[in-house]
Amino acid sequence: MTRRFAIRAAIATLALGVLALAPAAYAADSVDPAADKAAFQKFFTGKFPKLKLEDFVNGPYSMNEDLHKQWEEKEQFPPYEFSLEAGKEMFSTPFKNGKTYADCFPNQGIGIRQNYPYFDEKEGKVVTLELALNRCREANGEAPFSYVKDDMAALTAYMAFTSRGKPMDIKIPNDPRALEAYQKGKEYFYTRRGQLNFSCATCHIQSPGERIRAEVLAPALGILNAMPIYRSEWSGMGTTSRRFTTCNSQIRGVPLNPQDDEYRDLEYYLSYVSNGLPISGPGARP
Amino acid sequence: MSTAIRAIFAASALLLAAATTALAASEADYKTAYAAAEAANKEAGLLRNQWTTTASTLSAAKKAGEAGDFDTAVAQAKEAEALAKASIFQATSEKERWKDMEVR
Ligand code: HEC
Repeated sequence: MTRRFAIRAAIATLALGVLALAPAAYAADSVDPAADKAAFQKFFTGKFPKLKLEDFVNGPYSMNEDLHKQWEEKEQFPPYEFSLEAGKEMFSTPFKNGKTYADCFPNQGIGIRQNYPYFDEKEGKVVTLELALNRCREANGEAPFSYVKDDMAALTAYMAFTSRGKPMDIKIPNDPRALEAYQKGKEYFYTRRGQLNFSCATCHIQSPGERIRAEVLAPALGILNAMPIYRSEWSGMGTTSRRFTTCNSQIRGVPLNPQDDEYRDLEYYLSYVSNGLPISGPGARP
Repeated sequence: MSTAIRAIFAASALLLAAATTALAASEADYKTAYAAAEAANKEAGLLRNQWTTTASTLSAAKKAGEAGDFDTAVAQAKEAEALAKASIFQATSEKERWKDMEVR
């Protein structure tokens, strides 16, 4: 073997080594939403083999048969009915300038819940349905609604209702900012916080179906498909914003402001990994 | 009374005075402790990770301080600072640790 050949061989080996290492290192830190979604859904269908994918959207009611019976009974006289009616009325009532919500949305706002949140490439950020509704109001000279109160719940209840049964269909455009928003949402979901040192995953991935105080924990899969929800404990409706902030404070973490970037990204991540599961909102909960 | 004994009395009186100031916190002690706790909680806020217990302990400190109970006020402020620092530690260590929880 000549010296030259030996060196060449050594360089080749090195290059091969680098090539072999590079994809592995890349995989560890790369963002691959499609693979995440597959793993996420497989985790839940594996953990609850008796449930069909579409059953997960009923939160705690999907977790056992007794609860499921309660749910069926509730659906006969749904406690969100009042809010739904109010939402329908609000939706069709013109603003002072004569325009309506329908003018702000694709397909007049009917049957589109499954596409929210979406990534707005102009703004470079995630836009949730609650945010889009308030932007619609402001663009038409109306004051925005509180993100955690009844008016916002009623509007989103109506929009969800017109979309019932449609599979969640969140798109991540080929834009590095969209991928970053998705990844940040995922990080928020798995990050432990609050004095109790819990992440969203501690409760909604590691312990779905288990009881915490009097409540049965909902699985993270399809966890937003039924939003907004009526809760007996609240004796009223709650938006996604209300649920996020409540879940933060119950682990003794100071909640962020509704629709802060973190919550928008979180909603983007959680909705994307539930793609394919039907919209079932508005929901009713114990 | 001999001068020697008088001197001893005087010295122990001084000692006593010193001891009581070490025990009883002053308003200045409270203000220092409160400022430190508030600064740590602000840092936790920049990391988007404040704890509700830090806030409630801070307000307990403030309430005691306003009532002139500086011993309690200092103790609460120190507790609040410890909580805020723990929340900072949590936020910092979670920067990488969250990945362990991910479903893959
Ligand atoms: C201490 C455990 C705990 C943690 C941590 C937690 N939650 Fe919850 N969450 C609950 C409980 C209890 C409920 C009410 C019962 C249920 O529906 O699961 C709930 C309900 C929800 C619901 C409504 C589900 C439904 O179908 O009714 C959503 C959405 C939700 N949580 C999201 C989150 C998010 C996002 C995080 C992280 C920011 C989080 N939760 C962290 C305990 C927790």
